[in-house]
Amino acid sequence: MRAAPTVVAVAAIDHRMRVRTAAVLTAGTLLMGPVGVLHAAVLPEERLDLLYHSYDGGGVEVTGPSLMVRKQIGQSLSVSGNYYLDSVSSASIDVVTTASPYTDERTETSLGLDYLHQKSTLSLSLTRSDENDYEATSVGVGVSQDLFGDLTTISFGFGLGSDDVGRRGDPAFSESVDRYQYRLGLTQVLTTRLVATLAWETQSDEGYLNNPYRSVRYIDPGAPVGYSWQAEVYPSTRTSDAASIRAKYFLPYRAAVFAGYRWYDDTWEINADTYELGYIHPFDNGWLVEARYRRYAQRAAEFYSDLFPFADAQNFLARDKELSSFSSDTLGLTVSYEYSGAPGGWLDRASINFAYDRVRFEYSDFRDLTGSTGVVGAEPSYAFDADVVQVYVSVFY
Amino acid sequence: MIDLRRQVLLWPAIGALLALSGCAVEPWIKPYERAHLADPIMSFTRDPVSAAYMNHVREVREGARGAGSAHGGGCGCN
Repeated sequence: MRAAPTVVAVAAIDHRMRVRTAAVLTAGTLLMGPVGVLHAAVLPEERLDLLYHSYDGGGVEVTGPSLMVRKQIGQSLSVSGNYYLDSVSSASIDVVTTASPYTDERTETSLGLDYLHQKSTLSLSLTRSDENDYEATSVGVGVSQDLFGDLTTISFGFGLGSDDVGRRGDPAFSESVDRYQYRLGLTQVLTTRLVATLAWETQSDEGYLNNPYRSVRYIDPGAPVGYSWQAEVYPSTRTSDAASIRAKYFLPYRAAVFAGYRWYDDTWEINADTYELGYIHPFDNGWLVEARYRRYAQRAAEFYSDLFPFADAQNFLARDKELSSFSSDTLGLTVSYEYSGAPGGWLDRASINFAYDRVRFEYSDFRDLTGSTGVVGAEPSYAFDADVVQVYVSVFY
Repeated sequence: MIDLRRQVLLWPAIGALLALSGCAVEPWIKPYERAHLADPIMSFTRDPVSAAYMNHVREVREGARGAGSAHGGGCGCN
C-alpha cells in the first residue's frame, strides 16, 4: 500500500495551482486596449476601479481586493496598473480527503500601455504573480484596427508566460512551465441595434503542468479502505483552442439582451460548451440592473479517472476534479448606481456596484469519499454550491 | 486526430472573419444612427475589473480556458 504522498504533511492545495497557472496569461488582457475595451480607435477611458471579491464554496474561501488605475498621457498614450490579491482558506474536498486545510496568499500586479495611432491601437502588458511556492510572469502584445467606417474592429494578440513551480517543504523541488497564447478577434456592427463579436484563442503550455500536491486513487485490496493513493502524472504539453461568439441587442426601449456561446477543445481531450444569456436594464434615476445565466459542461481529460484499477495503471494519471466530467449552472445579478459629476468638475461620473453569482457544480465521475458507503467506487457523486460576491466602485475622471 | 480537427475548425473560422469584414466595405450605418450602439449598456466589457475577476474564478475551476468574456472589441461608435 502506498500512502498519500507527502501531501498529508504539507498543507496541500486545492485550486492554488490553477489559480496561478490559468490566471496570469489572461490577466494581461485586462489591461490591453485592443482586446479589453469597447472602442479600439480611441484610448480607453481614464478610470479607477476598486473591487472587493469573495468566493465561498466547497470548503474554499477566497477573498481580497483588486485595484485598477488608468491614466492618459498626452493624446496617444494610456497607462494602466492593476493590483490583485487572493487570500485563500481551503478545506476543500481534495484537501479533506488527502491533506490538511491550509491558508495562502497570491499577489498579482500588472502594468499596461496602449498607444493610439489613427485607427490602430498597439498594446503591451506585463503581469507578475507571486505565491510562496509559485511565481509566474507574462508579457503580452496586441494590435487592433477599426475598418470600414468603424463598423468592424479586428484584433490579434500574442502572449508569452514563464512559471517557476516550487513545492512546500521541499527546497530541492524546482520545475518550470513555458506558456504561449494567440488571440484573434472580430467585432462587427450588424444593425443599428445589434453588435456581435467573434474570438479565437489558442494556448500552448510546455513543462511541469501537474499539481505537485495532488494524488490519484487506485484499487488496493490490501488497504483497509480498499484503495490507496499515488501522485498524479500529467503530460508535459497541452494545447487548447477556444472559439466564441457573443451578440448584444438593444431592445425597443432602453435595455439590452445578450447571448454567447463558446466552444473548447484541447489535446488532453477535454472539450466543453459554454452558453450565456443576460438582460441589462438601466433606469432614468441612475440605477441599473443586470440578470444573467450561464451554463458550462465539459467532458473529462482522457487520462482522468476517479478510481484506477491498480497502481501505475497508465502513463498519465489524474484525479483532479477540474479535469473530470461535470457541469455548472450560474445565476447572477448586478445592481449598480451611477452618479454624474458636475459639468466642468474633475469627476465625470462614478458608480457603486454589487454583484452576486450563485454557482451549482455537479460532477458525474468525481466521487465524494467523505460519504463512503463502504463499497469502493460506489461513493456518491460530488456536488457543491458556491457564492461569488463582488462590491466595486468605479470612478471616471 | 486532434490536430486535424483543430485545423478543420480553425480555417473556416478565419474565413468567416474575413468574409464578415468584406461585407462591411460600404458602411451601412451612418454615424448619426449609432446612438443605441454607443450606449454603455451595449459594451461587451462595461466593467473590466469585474469581468477579469469572473474570468479568473471560472478558469480556476473549469478545464476550458480562453476566448472569455474579458475579451471585447470595438463597437464602431466613434
